Amino acid sequence: MSDPTLDKLPGGFKGMSTDMGSDQTAFKGVNWGKAMMWIFLLSDTFIFSCFLISYMKVRASVVDPWPYPSEVFALEFMGAPVPLLLIAIMTFVLITSSGTMALAVKYGYEKNKKMCGMFVLLTAIGGLTFVGMQAFEWSKLIFHEGVRPWTNPFGAEQFGAFFFMITGFHGTHVSIGVIFLFIFARKVFKGDFDTGKRGFFTTMKSDYVAIEILGLYWHFVDLVWVFIFAFFYLW
Amino acid sequence: MAEAKKEQTTTHKIGIYLWIWGLLFVLSFFSYMVDWFNFQGLLRWTLILLFMFLKAGLIMAFFMHLFWERYALVNVLLWPMTAIACFVGLMVAEGKYTVFSRMFYFFVGGA
Repeated sequence: MSDPTLDKLPGGFKGMSTDMGSDQTAFKGVNWGKAMMWIFLLSDTFIFSCFLISYMKVRASVVDPWPYPSEVFALEFMGAPVPLLLIAIMTFVLITSSGTMALAVKYGYEKNKKMCGMFVLLTAIGGLTFVGMQAFEWSKLIFHEGVRPWTNPFGAEQFGAFFFMITGFHGTHVSIGVIFLFIFARKVFKGDFDTGKRGFFTTMKSDYVAIEILGLYWHFVDLVWVFIFAFFYLW
Repeated sequence: MAEAKKEQTTTHKIGIYLWIWGLLFVLSFFSYMVDWFNFQGLLRWTLILLFMFLKAGLIMAFFMHLFWERYALVNVLLWPMTAIACFVGLMVAEGKYTVFSRMFYFFVGGA
């Protein structure tokens, strides 16, 4: 950190024990909103872990064969089925939006209004593309393949329930993120973070740190997708 | 006081973000290739988990700035995640036991 008062504090585990035992703010140099976002993300990690762990446990113990994701999620391209094509594109779109968000946070630090707002907007568009492709994937599975939470034509019946629950919960997170990205893009372009205008829900002054907090949420959504991609689609 | 003082924030060179971004692309491409070449068994699992943890680590360390945070915050986040890893281990064992008992009573029979 560039904060000179923080540089004087001991680092590493010694720093951790002095920070925690300082009878003051435990997370030194961390904005309270950022600390709260981290706590929220940690609790969200528990929820997603519970979903993925129950999925793993059921998949490991069903007697029927589990649907083979490579074929279930294949997409016709030039007359031949390409395995996981749509999922791969979705992954790249989400990583791209994570990268633009990282740049938005960087320009937010530098109080570069134009670049920051542009990258927040790009991130929102990336997220919207992702949700759109997920809607396409769901409608394909529901209307063309006849996948339901209680049955599906490929194998073990539990597949649908886990697929809709896990990707649906992730998709909800992406959708909420997209809404907030659009709201914050507007706030950046309006210059609320430069003038310190007070927010709609809060009496606190607007600050570019909000972009970093939003960035944490967005990177978390990308992070969860990394795990879903590995455990749901590649397994 | 930390709250009263104007929030001091770090700014990093753009290069580091672009590097991590590129690495994430390459790692995602690699994990897609695991499916493309249809690797199976232990090799598939090793590669999937390797690429997954590398990607997760890069995102958390650099995009989410944990690499630059003080240990007080980092440890508050990482130890509960270690507990989750233990939970995964427990449930793997549990899943093996469930499928064993299902197979046993389906094919060998109880009573």
